[in-house]
Amino acid sequence: MKQNSIAGGAADLDPARNVQDSPDVSPSPVRDAILRQFQEVAASQGKAIKPLTDDLVLLNSGLDSLCFAIIVAELEDTLGIDPFSSAEEVYFPVTFGDFISFYENAAG
Amino acid sequence: MTWLRGTLAASSGHGEARLFGAAQAIALADLATRTGLAEGLAELAGLAVLVRTQSQIGAAQALVELDGVARRIVLCPPDLADDYLPTVIETAGIKAIVTDIPEAENGLDRYGLPVYRLGEPTAPVALFPDQARATEWLMFTSGTTGVPKMVIHTLKGLTGAIKPRAEGAPVVVWGTFYDIRRYGGLQILLRALTGGASMVLSDAGEPVADFLTRLGERGVTNLSGTPSHWRRALMTPELTRIDPGYVRLSGEIADQAVLDSLRAFFPKAAVGHAYASTEAGVGFEVNDGLEGFPAAYVGQAGAEVEMKVVDGSLRIRSHRAASGYAGQDSALADAEGYVDTGDMVELRGDRYHFTGRRGGIINVGGLKVHPEEVEAVINRHPAVRMSRVSGRRNPITGALVTAEIVRADPEQRASDGDLKASILHSCRQALAAYKVPASVRFVDSLAVTAGGKLDRQHA
Repeated sequence: MKQNSIAGGAADLDPARNVQDSPDVSPSPVRDAILRQFQEVAASQGKAIKPLTDDLVLLNSGLDSLCFAIIVAELEDTLGIDPFSSAEEVYFPVTFGDFISFYENAAG
Repeated sequence: MTWLRGTLAASSGHGEARLFGAAQAIALADLATRTGLAEGLAELAGLAVLVRTQSQIGAAQALVELDGVARRIVLCPPDLADDYLPTVIETAGIKAIVTDIPEAENGLDRYGLPVYRLGEPTAPVALFPDQARATEWLMFTSGTTGVPKMVIHTLKGLTGAIKPRAEGAPVVVWGTFYDIRRYGGLQILLRALTGGASMVLSDAGEPVADFLTRLGERGVTNLSGTPSHWRRALMTPELTRIDPGYVRLSGEIADQAVLDSLRAFFPKAAVGHAYASTEAGVGFEVNDGLEGFPAAYVGQAGAEVEMKVVDGSLRIRSHRAASGYAGQDSALADAEGYVDTGDMVELRGDRYHFTGRRGGIINVGGLKVHPEEVEAVINRHPAVRMSRVSGRRNPITGALVTAEIVRADPEQRASDGDLKASILHSCRQALAAYKVPASVRFVDSLAVTAGGKLDRQHA
């Protein structure tokens, strides 16, 4: 099981590094695009976000509904997929890990 | 004549029903038979009263205290700015203010009107008039910019869609993500009060997770909110704490994805969506689990709620509609009594589907955005010739704001990125976050209609 890194050290302040350090997370183009989008939207909306670990509850990440709406729209533009509208079984992701797998599954 | 305290007294005689706030609870039986205004209650008889409360539970108490007593109640929503109060007071002819905010903090004495502070309902009410007054309820509409408009309702119209509780029906506990000072939330409060049922009210600034936990502890059975409220709840782990039997959506377009997600999450619950507006009242409910509504709902002459579609917008006629705007001559209904809701619908097969608001008003998670307001900010930028703002469908907030922009100098092709950043910077300075375009596209030209207006039909 993945360790919750919130209690970790200074390395956790850098989400990208944090994710790369996690042994059980395999990098993928979809994951990279999502990570980048979270960072960009947080910066443009002036929000401080917590380290993006797979077990982070999205609504506790520091981003609000508007931020998630923008992230989903940007990902539709950059990746060409909107799993909320195209997936056969729609569900609303609770954690960051849910969010990633929702998109990875939709990307096939 | 039905009035709220009388109805409540008749329905709350049995059982332990309460209104639950985060820190405070009031028994319905106490609300029915006791007052927190002492002698003030008699002084408020026949007056136009402004209800300006901090808490939802205070607003609920004020409504029970004042209906049938005051001539008129003006129910302030929580986000109504103090700046608007002088205009509201003048327009509605306000003669007194009722609040739950402590005197030292409320600043309400500056309006030169008597201010009555609500206390716990402890003093028995001697006042049970045989003929209670038909109090006017003034509610604020949500679709305007600038000074908000008020529409006039009565308790009879507001409760017109509420069916009396059947004898021996199971006890329900209501909850809503809405604020009860808005039409959608008030509908739920009135269901609880007229049915003698408990209700769980959220506190100002209470996190969704905490509210869901309280809803679970109180055993909520019937829970309502907008599709955006529900999407946010679906992303909250604490949603597993509740097990409602009835899930209700209203206030925005309920798409198939959110309906399906809720049905999957609550397999035992009935999931329904309702159409209502502050002006037109409660229109209808849809309980077949599908988005849109059956075409057969439209054109039923003589029905309790009559509907027609003219120029693509839904028109509604019923006794649940508001009777007019306060302090304005402009009519709310047409000559035949139909209210134009401004909600655009499209017939697909045997169902009507909502396609958005007329005039391109964009609904971002329940917050309305007028394209013109955003365009005005963009157009102030020296490098911009003109712009068109429209809505873009979004699975989280229903819609997002997007802008198409024509440059002032077409030769200047240098950097879209820099210009976009500069325009968005000025938008963020001037507009609330939800009004700032989430995406921007530069275009060579924008179509203009024969009448010389920006073409919004093809936006």
